[in-house]
Amino acid sequence: MMTTINAFLAYKGIYFLTFLLLALGLSGIIVCKNYMKKLICMNVMQVAVIFFFLCLGQKDGGTIPVAVEGLSAAADYINPLPHGLMLTAIVVSLGTTGVGLALLLRIKEKYGSIEEDKIIKREKKF
Amino acid sequence: MRHLPVLIVLLPLVAAQLCLLISKIHYKAGRYTVLAAVTGSLVMSVMLLRQVIAEGSVHYYFGNYKVPIGIEFYVDTVNALILVLICLIGALTFMYTTPFARTTDKTLVGAANTMISLLITGMLGMTATGDVFNLYVFLEITSLSAYCLISLGGSRGIVAAFRYLLVGTVAATLYLIGVGILYGITGTLNMSDMAAILSKWGNEGAMLIAMCFLIAAFGTKMALFPFHGWQPSAYTHAEAGSRPLISGVMGKIPAYGLFRYMYCIYGTDYKYFRVFLIVLGILSVCSMLYGSIRAMAQTDIRKMLAYSSVAQMGYIILGFAIGTPLALCGAFLHMFGHAFMKGGLFFATGAIRHKFGTTKLEDFGRIYKAMPFTCGLLVVASLSMIGIPPTVGFFSKWYLAVGAAGTGEFIYIAVLVLSSLLNAIYFFKLIEKVFIQQKSAKTEALPAAEGPEVPLDMMIPIVVCFLAILLLGIFNAKIVDILMLAIKGVAL
Repeated sequence: MMTTINAFLAYKGIYFLTFLLLALGLSGIIVCKNYMKKLICMNVMQVAVIFFFLCLGQKDGGTIPVAVEGLSAAADYINPLPHGLMLTAIVVSLGTTGVGLALLLRIKEKYGSIEEDKIIKREKKF
Repeated sequence: MRHLPVLIVLLPLVAAQLCLLISKIHYKAGRYTVLAAVTGSLVMSVMLLRQVIAEGSVHYYFGNYKVPIGIEFYVDTVNALILVLICLIGALTFMYTTPFARTTDKTLVGAANTMISLLITGMLGMTATGDVFNLYVFLEITSLSAYCLISLGGSRGIVAAFRYLLVGTVAATLYLIGVGILYGITGTLNMSDMAAILSKWGNEGAMLIAMCFLIAAFGTKMALFPFHGWQPSAYTHAEAGSRPLISGVMGKIPAYGLFRYMYCIYGTDYKYFRVFLIVLGILSVCSMLYGSIRAMAQTDIRKMLAYSSVAQMGYIILGFAIGTPLALCGAFLHMFGHAFMKGGLFFATGAIRHKFGTTKLEDFGRIYKAMPFTCGLLVVASLSMIGIPPTVGFFSKWYLAVGAAGTGEFIYIAVLVLSSLLNAIYFFKLIEKVFIQQKSAKTEALPAAEGPEVPLDMMIPIVVCFLAILLLGIFNAKIVDILMLAIKGVAL
């Protein structure tokens, strides 16, 4: 019994961890009242997806996808495509975070606070 | 000619890069650059449409790497038509933005034009691409430029933009998870390759989960009922000049993406396909009723139109949920029609705001005397929203109803009629305000907007939308024939 659970966790456990991270980020976006914290939680969520893709590319006994002498079988190398995709995703998340921070600066300037309650109160006056 | 698909996307992208630089010379110079680029794209997309109709769908391989290794652009008649639509509304929006540039600050005006141009690039790319990850990248380009445009709309716009940024990023992340699961099953990112592999070795359970993520992601981006929370304030407070583009076209492109996933990648033979149709049907019915009811309660015309967009997205998704070729045609016809209706209504709203400086419904008393053309557009677009022949709104709803009757889903027809009646309530309220209500004290023309009704730049989009709503309705058979070419091949 224990060995089955161990084998299952060794094989699939990482997916549970990434989805836990995703759920953490998502719940943080919903629960936190502070906009800065919301933005941080958004980043945590994006990192979870990056881990998810990297897990897909992983395989036992594979090395980095750079040609090594004597290794020519596909099984010897991990799949480089998810890493390539995640480079793009990281750039996108950088862009999103940048825009988010710029917006936060402007919100602080206009509303004097980045707490949700205060912003909602001020918003009614505009 | 061989490079048409990529040139259409590339031209606005290059113009966006140059725009800010050229704006340094004169604050209007950047706008003309971008307008020229989008017009060029419009001409090329019409050429591409003719080519696709004559010779069948076009595959464009980047760097001549064959799929599934390379990235491809895939254009058939459905997305060729959508390309034309995006370029047309984009060009009209650029004509229309000038009078809104209250400031002559070169950087600010240039930046706004750059963002609109990037928005057009993103939408064109999402439509033309044949690669699921490429679609994600273009989705993010679209979203990022939309965040910036919404935040340019003043104090409330910034908060609306930040909320949309959070929700939109969650949606993009969910999309990425869906793609990840599908990539895990198939090991490919090309749409047609993925469809071929899924139909042979698909893992039905994993595909089901992936589709749930995709529906949530696209549903958020197009503001379908349970995911629509960001939409009304974002549409209301977006930068005034870009509002027709954001509200008219931006929501439609994710709907088209959902169509690609459902009918081209999953295919109608998929085991749980009926389940998706029922889920989408329920979502669309809720959307149609909820959007219409909330729209009735609004006093600001922009908010009213934004809630009405939630309802109208429901019609488009209803067409996908019925799933017969005729209903799909109805959905796409509604997509085109609604882009002109909602775009046109926002053009008209902007013109009224330019003239009188108000967007409150109670201040609209008898403005038809001062603005006959604008009010003509308001009336035609309203009638089209309700679905009165010969406007396009009637025909798209007709095709939807015929499709629903064909599969025996009469509940959809009942909801369609009910939602149209609700539409009638709030659009007749608008017409009543414009023509019958006493002139309010506030409706005095702004000193800056003396003279003719509106400037010529603003007049052209208004007249074009007016004509498009009527002509699309009268000649709808031609559009449906063109759409059928692709839909027959893709679905069923």
